[in-house]
Amino acid sequence: MGISLFYLVAFLSIFFSLLVIFSKNPVHSVLYLIITFFTFTIHYIILNAQFLAVVNFIVYMGAIMVLFLFVLMLLNLNRQSEPAKPLLLKLTAVIAGMCLLVTLAGSVKALHTSNPVLLHHPNLGLVQNLGRVLFSEFLLPFEISSILLLTAMVGAVLLAKKDETQPEA
Amino acid sequence: MQVQSTPIDYLPIIFQMIIAVGFVVTTMLATHLIGPKRKTKDKLSTFESGIEVVGNARQPFSIKYFLVAILFVLFDIEVIFMYPWAVNFKEMGIPGMIEMFVFMATLLLGFIYIIKKKALDWD
Repeated sequence: MGISLFYLVAFLSIFFSLLVIFSKNPVHSVLYLIITFFTFTIHYIILNAQFLAVVNFIVYMGAIMVLFLFVLMLLNLNRQSEPAKPLLLKLTAVIAGMCLLVTLAGSVKALHTSNPVLLHHPNLGLVQNLGRVLFSEFLLPFEISSILLLTAMVGAVLLAKKDETQPEA
Repeated sequence: MQVQSTPIDYLPIIFQMIIAVGFVVTTMLATHLIGPKRKTKDKLSTFESGIEVVGNARQPFSIKYFLVAILFVLFDIEVIFMYPWAVNFKEMGIPGMIEMFVFMATLLLGFIYIIKKKALDWD
């Protein structure tokens, strides 16, 4: 039952991520991306990574997608401001994408994959067990992540806030 | 003592979601199918207080909304990190609390910076 459920959810993820790329309306793209993230949440639950599943559900599906919609609304989405790309540019994009695909496939082939089926600690993804590991073994990365959040805050304020001390040009 | 849980425990939540989404979809489809329709040009036009429509809704808006949203996401992540701490609160005791307070103090510094810069003020 588990493996067929995985294939169903994997199919749905790929299907909706393809819809994200192919839909013409950018708002529809964002909505399909939300569904794609929801299928990722189900993947996490199947992997028994429950904390990650809840975080993915709250942060990615909720907050990040609102940010995506905001970015879309900050852009000017009127049709005349979006000219069709020339054929040469499309051809270049296809070649570049294929190069990336070949590189990725080659690197995956070159690297020896670890044993993917065997999960050593099946309950590691639960909130309580994860908290125990996070506050003992991975304490330094955890504290550093607060500095990362701080820099993100300062950067956002610096970029978005008009500086009053400078005279307006 | 390891906590045990399996993906099967999420089955009721999946059922609840299926019922919630299914109810919405069925109701919307049913109202669309049952309700009467008269699609005239006046009825389908955008309407607000009887004023003629000028332009469209795709207008760029102020960056301030985005700033508020992105700050919300950052503090949201902070709260999410508190969740595994809160579950283990009694077990970890004082050292755990100090660890968490260091984390929160860094973010509090960011919050003071935001307040001092008046980034949330709408001038």
